[in-house]
Amino acid sequence: MRASDQRLAELRETIPEVTPAEARALQEQGAALIDVREPDEVAQGSPAGAERLVRGFLELRIEDAVPDKDRTVLVMCAGGVRSLFAAEGLRQLGYSAVRSVLGGFNRWKEDGLPVEHPRVLDAGERERFGRHLLMPEVGEQGQVKLLESRVLLVGAGGLGSPAALYLAAAGVGTLGLVDDDVVERSNLQRQILHTDDRVGTPKVASAELTLKALVPGVTIESYELRLDSGNVDEVFAGYDVVLDGSDNFPTRYLVNDACVKLDIPNVHGSIYRFEGQVSVFWPGYPGRRGPCYRCLYPAPPPPELAPSCAEAGVLGVLPGVVGTLEAVEVIKLLLGIGDPLVGRLLHFDALAQRFSEYAIEPNPECAWCHAEGEFPEYVDYQSFCSSAGVGAKAAG
Amino acid sequence: MTETTVRIPTPLRPLTDGAADVVVEGSDVAAALGALGARYTGLLERVLDEDGALRPFVNVFVGSTNLRELDGLRTELREGDVISILPAVAGGGPA
Repeated sequence: MRASDQRLAELRETIPEVTPAEARALQEQGAALIDVREPDEVAQGSPAGAERLVRGFLELRIEDAVPDKDRTVLVMCAGGVRSLFAAEGLRQLGYSAVRSVLGGFNRWKEDGLPVEHPRVLDAGERERFGRHLLMPEVGEQGQVKLLESRVLLVGAGGLGSPAALYLAAAGVGTLGLVDDDVVERSNLQRQILHTDDRVGTPKVASAELTLKALVPGVTIESYELRLDSGNVDEVFAGYDVVLDGSDNFPTRYLVNDACVKLDIPNVHGSIYRFEGQVSVFWPGYPGRRGPCYRCLYPAPPPPELAPSCAEAGVLGVLPGVVGTLEAVEVIKLLLGIGDPLVGRLLHFDALAQRFSEYAIEPNPECAWCHAEGEFPEYVDYQSFCSSAGVGAKAAG
Repeated sequence: MTETTVRIPTPLRPLTDGAADVVVEGSDVAAALGALGARYTGLLERVLDEDGALRPFVNVFVGSTNLRELDGLRTELREGDVISILPAVAGGGPA
């Protein structure tokens, strides 16, 4: 007898086996069903609701997927052999109620039990995103989540450039870009999505070229328009997160109001010369109730007190720091990991090289995020900010 | 008297001859800001309106706590407190 056959016979003595139908019933009662097959096998179908942990990483990753060692764990492979070895590995880690599924996925399918076709990474994606896959906080499931995510960037300028580059690189599958400007040579001091030979071309077109050169598979949805009350709902619909990289107060208030109305997290970054502010305005965040932008700043400053970057200048690398921090927040929100900047305002002073954090609270009087019942109509943002008079430049 | 440091945001630094941190005396925030205003002409009206209330596009923090969550301008100060003035800024780096 071969040693592997002998070992299998021993395992059959010690590891309880259940039929696929029994496994399904246990799964419905709260047991964890673990599909340990290889990604190319899983791509052909996998039990509905199963966790997919490839055999080679099973012991390393099971404790993130199933922290409770007393929970019933059902291990499945294709035919019921590999799952016996896998189940033994879990028992040695201290899992007390491990079962192997008899006949594996083949029999599960024959018995007509529910199957789903999960999005799995192909070989190219596995290579590209390998450094993410090594971290349990991302892993294959997280990477798939990023690939299926949709992020809208308001502005393909100073903040949008580094944010879009890193979000595309990280594997965010769909990036929407809103900008009605064309590339100017004076943008290139900081707007690293664009290049000198594209001066005069629309920023959204230039951005798409750069992003697709970096990640050919990324989907870019371009909106070469200026956001206003009439188009904002349509543009924002279906995005998981909005990243505000705009350059004027009317757009910032509009982005805030639409995000509150549509319950989309609003990742905010704003800059002035050598300093920047970053926060996440998302009153609907389940973890804690934070403010919206209007809670923090109920009204914009008048124009003489709020010169734009075009008038005041800005350190070219500053939006690199702030836009990158925004990208970090977006990734955290998409993956549901870490502590987002909800209710926290992060301030960066480049000259002092100092980060400061401030607590920001919701304003119970806020007409937007504390509206009861009907959401208030969008206002005329140009006239709301007209005393601010920040011109008509698009998000940038 | 209580000595505190006021952090001046970049947009207001032209009014403080470029100073980023200014040490002032005052037992509460109103007194500290008053001392700041007395030293630098034109600064106070950027932070407070004609009635002496905080402008809606400016937040003032003592340490990391917003004045709105404390006693407003009457918030008492302790020696060494840091007062930060944070105005809304629009910029994203266009043209």
